[in-house]
Amino acid sequence: MDIVRRNNVTVTGNLQGPTVILAHGFGCDQNMWRLTVPALAEDYRVVLFDYVGAGRSDSSVFSERRYASLHGYAQDVVDVCEALDLRDAAFVGHSVSSMIGVLAAAMAPRRIGSLVMVAPSPRYIDEDGYRGGFSAEDIEELLASLEANYLGWSGAMAPVIMGNEDRPELGDELKHSFCATDPEMARVFARTTFLSDSREELKSVQVPTLVLECTQDAIAPREVGAFVHRAIAGSTLITLDATGHCPHLSAPEATNAAILGFLAERR
Amino acid sequence: MMGRTEQQPDPNDPDHCHDGQASDAAFAALLEDSADDLYESAPCGYLSTLMDGTIAKANRTLLNWLGLEREAVVGRMRFADLLSVGGRLYHETHFAPLLRMQGEINGIALEVKRADGGRMPVLVSSVVKHGSAGDPLLIRTTLFDARDRRAYEEELLRGRRAAEEARRQSEADRARLQDALAVLQQSLLPHTLPSVPGVETAAYYHTASADRLGGDFYDVFPLDGKRFAFFLGDVCGKGPQAAAVTSLTRYTLRAAALHDPDPVAALTTLNHVLHERYTGGGDPRYCTAVFGTFEPDPATGAIAVQLASGGHPPALVLRADGTADFLPTPGGLLIGILPSAPFTAATTVLAPGDTLLLYTDGLTEARTGKDRTSLYGDEALLDFAVELAGESPHAVIQALTGLLDSFGEGLDDDTALLALGVPPTDPETRSTE
Repeated sequence: MDIVRRNNVTVTGNLQGPTVILAHGFGCDQNMWRLTVPALAEDYRVVLFDYVGAGRSDSSVFSERRYASLHGYAQDVVDVCEALDLRDAAFVGHSVSSMIGVLAAAMAPRRIGSLVMVAPSPRYIDEDGYRGGFSAEDIEELLASLEANYLGWSGAMAPVIMGNEDRPELGDELKHSFCATDPEMARVFARTTFLSDSREELKSVQVPTLVLECTQDAIAPREVGAFVHRAIAGSTLITLDATGHCPHLSAPEATNAAILGFLAERR
Repeated sequence: MMGRTEQQPDPNDPDHCHDGQASDAAFAALLEDSADDLYESAPCGYLSTLMDGTIAKANRTLLNWLGLEREAVVGRMRFADLLSVGGRLYHETHFAPLLRMQGEINGIALEVKRADGGRMPVLVSSVVKHGSAGDPLLIRTTLFDARDRRAYEEELLRGRRAAEEARRQSEADRARLQDALAVLQQSLLPHTLPSVPGVETAAYYHTASADRLGGDFYDVFPLDGKRFAFFLGDVCGKGPQAAAVTSLTRYTLRAAALHDPDPVAALTTLNHVLHERYTGGGDPRYCTAVFGTFEPDPATGAIAVQLASGGHPPALVLRADGTADFLPTPGGLLIGILPSAPFTAATTVLAPGDTLLLYTDGLTEARTGKDRTSLYGDEALLDFAVELAGESPHAVIQALTGLLDSFGEGLDDDTALLALGVPPTDPETRSTE
């Protein structure tokens, strides 16, 4: 299997530098890192990819069974690491991807040497003594929201799904395809993401870890950032003065500075 | 700015010169404080937020929808706070990142919470306003009342889901039907051919359509310690009715042969059975078949073949010396048409290296040529067979399978092939024994 094609792997930056993998979260694709790549490119070899079912990955190999678990997505990461024969790479994961990174680091320990978790949450649903920020009903409502935008998505996705990738008008389509995922696959990713519970797996982390949280994050509240930080021994927690769930977009300078500082310590 | 505009008097409107001034005044009154009123009372919700989502401005239409006072909203809430929880998650994971990346986003279906606890479906579009230096300053958002539209879309979604479900169901049904048909089809053919000492047998069956049961059949089975019987035939028609005839034919021939292995007697019994079963019902059914027996002679290695045909294309005999010819069985009648029918018998002896080939007319009636208008025919088959003369039954069947494949679309009927023969004597093997 051609993993590079399957996961739409892009390698850029300083090819002689240490490797940094940038992994997008739910609902988006590697374009999410558009403002991060330039900051890393000078000193680091930057590896970008799309999970199967997202962005411009080869969605024909999507399997509902495989991707019904975060381990399925972690296997995508391991596959990419093996295809490029990465060693000791830094894995920067946004949102659910930071949890996927935890799983991947356990599956392929020598390949992933450090973790940067951007707005992570190991468990979205509240439970006795744990506050994830959401009730089970809330998550069902999100899945309904995805459904409600189903019609619109289908229209926006059609040219991409049809595979007319070499058509010139794709310049315009690309804009729409960003963050646009096949609705069926997005539904699976959404369920997998928001119903997952990776709190136990946090304890398995053996590599240096940076946790980045935002001051105002509707998806991963401050308590969750503190929980992750506590659960991973020796981890560093940085609270970014940023709102929303995507600090790498809403506060790119502060986010990039935090990531670069952490990476520099490891060199 | 709102002064009266210069208008050309309309010569067809006699009142114009008198009322022109009055109607302008009416327009001016209508458009009075238009910018403000247009904003506040627009038929859509307007919202301006800072880049962090804090609401800086909202129009009256939106506040009315929300059931909130301006003071409770402006400067105190973020856009995401207006949304249902699911909508908020969607906003954070899709809407906000897309807006950041593209500078605009259009027609996203969300729900806003109302003060009374209700929800209101809206279609949201946002655009980022940039400063002169290109830095993002604020986000302008419009919200359209999508209550009717949402109901309509939900109908569409329901319809789409029902259609998808129906498609899945029909695909599953179709797969189940094909499985059932395949099992039924297999029951009409021998699972494997019996191994006969000193004799090699090979067969091939081509099904024209996975959806339809074929009407061709063949079999090889032991009669007693020494003799074996074989048959190959073609039932008229296709589908379940033809399969029922095939089944009746197969088991009749097997039973008849055990009772009296004479080929003409076996076909005569089959004729009685089919004629009795299908005549008078308004749906006459018949078949063509070659039935035969053979008995290996351990002393010579040769086998003596006796066969009879009822309306079936003649068998081919491929000789070890490189020749091939039909084994004529002229005059045999279709089986099952008449109360009593004559069948034509023939005999031959297969020496080592000889092969007897039975086939159905799917082979000879395959359409060939550029426009697929000519039939493959007996002569072409004989020429093809001559080239194969001396080959083993397996090799003959393999070559014919390749021939059938080469017909492509031209092969539109079921085709059965059965070859039996005595393997050629290998002089070297013989000498080392």
